[in-house]
Amino acid sequence: MRGPPHPPEAAIFSFCADPASLEGLKWLSCYLTTVKHANLYIATGTVLLLLAITAPTALAFGFGGAIAARSRIWPLSWFGKGYIAIVRGVPDIAFFLFFVIALDQLFEAIRHKIKCPTWNQPIWQGNDFVVCSAAKLPLGNDPQWVHDTYGFMLAVLTFAIVFGAFAANVLYGAMRAVPRAQIETAEAYGMTERQTFRRILVPQMWVYALPGLSNLWMVLTKATPLLFLLGVEDIVYWARELGGSANARFTDYPHGDWRMWYFLALLVFYLGLTKISEVFLERLMQRLTHGQATTGGDAQRQAA
Amino acid sequence: MKTLMASTAAFAMMAGLAMAQDVVRLGTEGAYPPWNFINDAGEIDGFERDLGDELCERAELNCTWVTTDWDSIIPNLVSGNYDAIIAGMSITEERDEVIDFTQNYTPPDPSSYLALSDDVDVESGVIAAQSGTIQAGYVAETGATLVEFATPEETIAAVRNGEADAVLADKSFLVPYAEDDADLQFVAEDVALGGGVAMGIRESDDELRQTFDEAIQSMKDDGSLNELIEKWDVASTF
Repeated sequence: MRGPPHPPEAAIFSFCADPASLEGLKWLSCYLTTVKHANLYIATGTVLLLLAITAPTALAFGFGGAIAARSRIWPLSWFGKGYIAIVRGVPDIAFFLFFVIALDQLFEAIRHKIKCPTWNQPIWQGNDFVVCSAAKLPLGNDPQWVHDTYGFMLAVLTFAIVFGAFAANVLYGAMRAVPRAQIETAEAYGMTERQTFRRILVPQMWVYALPGLSNLWMVLTKATPLLFLLGVEDIVYWARELGGSANARFTDYPHGDWRMWYFLALLVFYLGLTKISEVFLERLMQRLTHGQATTGGDAQRQAA
Repeated sequence: MKTLMASTAAFAMMAGLAMAQDVVRLGTEGAYPPWNFINDAGEIDGFERDLGDELCERAELNCTWVTTDWDSIIPNLVSGNYDAIIAGMSITEERDEVIDFTQNYTPPDPSSYLALSDDVDVESGVIAAQSGTIQAGYVAETGATLVEFATPEETIAAVRNGEADAVLADKSFLVPYAEDDADLQFVAEDVALGGGVAMGIRESDDELRQTFDEAIQSMKDDGSLNELIEKWDVASTF
């Protein structure tokens, strides 16, 4: 019931013009190079890019949160502790379903107030959130890639807020784990509070924070399926979509339920990612331990 | 002079409104063949793709397509991330409280049970359905045990691997699976659910609803809607 097969220019290999006549490796190489499959490969890049941007952003949020939480100025401390407690308490999926939409609406409401002061209808009309078209984010007329990028940025921000709260708690604990004697010695040397923080506390806290942070990183790498709630299609979405049984009516490459193979590929991908992360984190731990007043640091000194 | 300025301002605002209607974003799921799915070329395809493009042409709207998760398809509509849902969504009272529907573009159609064996008792067995669908709501009301899945594909897989005794879904969605796999067969009586499939529009967006209503009506009148329904074999005709 479908039309003729897709024209050959849709495929990379010239022999893919008539998939029904192909077999074995040739069929597979055509199957794996459809534009639909390219989406899976692009999604892999999207996920890696998201992780690369989110991890430092979340760490920055966490650092800010931890500093705020241990501040002696009570509104700041109250804010930091509130941030940590609330975000850690709310389930991720609820956060992604409601918080992101609310965040998007907040941005649009602010733009609405600025750009359309003459608008006389309420923003909330029953269930509907209605702002003037100039306040839309992105604008309705923007090309699709702008919408995609905006969704991606919202995803980064949301991930950063969620994982930032966990990171804040880890860093808060790590800052308190630095031996009191180190701080006292710094004070005895006549360092100001700022200097103590910058030169003693922060360099020494990382070794205590790293195990907790590496856990967070591992969880983050596997949290990307939440992205589809924002319309960002990640690798798990495409693995499920491509692996599901494909009927000959709807594709030139019909097959049964192949999700097992796709998820197996995902398993390999995630195991690889985990292995690379572990090697990197282990090296980082070695470097951070160097010269520290911990058992690890002592062991390094004795070995040298 | 004052009136001139006021009318210019009014004109500018109207132009702004017209501009806003320039691009209408259509939201769909992309995982429910033959209604909507992603084809080999990575594009949204299916009955609703053809229908939506035709409706937009008749209404002289410039439309773009977006895919979204079924679970968040209504929240994203009411918060304005797209302007219409066209995703095989049946008219129900619960949904009608949150969004508005155009007139239906397929008549109310049977839902069917698909199972591995014909001795399944659909009144007391374990029945799979996609979460948030009329079928899931129906199964919950019968004596059967409902197991819900996020995607339509998973409901079929649940029957194949024995997790569920049968799946309840739109008949048009199940037919290709039944034809493709000799082990799968229809069991029990079909059930009639919902008020037909229609486009979902924000309640505050009456103008767009009327525009699509008229376009659907014109397709019903000249028989082109029936042709599309038959081409994709999604439902009975009007």
